[in-house]
Amino acid sequence: MPLDQSFVGRSLPPATPYQVGREKVREFAAAIGAVDAAHHDLDAARAAGHRDVVAPPTFPIVISGAALAGLYADPAFGLDFSRVVHGEQRFEHRRPIVAGDEIVCVNTVEEITSRGGNEFLSTRSDLATTAGEPVATVFAKLVVRGEG
Amino acid sequence: MSELPTQTYRVTRADLVRYAGASGDFNPIHWSDRVAAEVGLPGVIAHGMLTMALAGRAVSVWAGRVDAITEFGVRFARPVVVPDDAVGAEISVAGMVKGIVDGGLTRIDLTVTCCGERVLAQARAFVRLPGDTGAGA
Repeated sequence: MPLDQSFVGRSLPPATPYQVGREKVREFAAAIGAVDAAHHDLDAARAAGHRDVVAPPTFPIVISGAALAGLYADPAFGLDFSRVVHGEQRFEHRRPIVAGDEIVCVNTVEEITSRGGNEFLSTRSDLATTAGEPVATVFAKLVVRGEG
Repeated sequence: MSELPTQTYRVTRADLVRYAGASGDFNPIHWSDRVAAEVGLPGVIAHGMLTMALAGRAVSVWAGRVDAITEFGVRFARPVVVPDDAVGAEISVAGMVKGIVDGGLTRIDLTVTCCGERVLAQARAFVRLPGDTGAGA
């Protein structure tokens, strides 16, 4: 079943704000082996000019991924996740995310195209603080492999 | 243009489980041989986002700052198969400084390989290095 084209251009209502926890930042940094003290130690982060421990540059995927889960699971959208391959990923950072940030994520379906029996889904996730400060934009492209 | 010292990272099944938990990506192709085989993969594969995170780690190490990256993009070219043994898979991240672009950012092109094959394509980061005078923190 093809993806529902009527989703293109639609911005999905933001989910509950994501609370960036200090232990989550440490856990994510540890999972990718990032040992720099600014990810783990509050004093080191503050000495480097940050309000709290600093999330690694790909951390926004945790927030956008959680926010996109609703779209992926929406039967009206028609995505068969077992056929999905991650095609491309890009991050634009306005400033580093730090523990204590409260982030609102707005997802937009930018494009759905079809080529060679596969479908390509492009999404954009705009991350801003609850105070309205833009923090990062996350662009993803998924490939939905054709059946058979 | 100058070459940056290649960083190598070892990824085992335990690392995939740890990344799944930390990231919230519990897709079974990253931990179940059965599911990986069912969808036609040669084996359990690493999360593309873990490979990208390791490449980002290399950039942060080169830049000497955890917040140096302002833009970072990749295309996932080939899956990284992670065998269920103590050795796992080894990912190499090589980098080339391509110069300074508008806004004072430094462009770094990355070559990310596993078993001699490129696993990321068009991998590129823009970083703000100490001494750059662009606006922003």
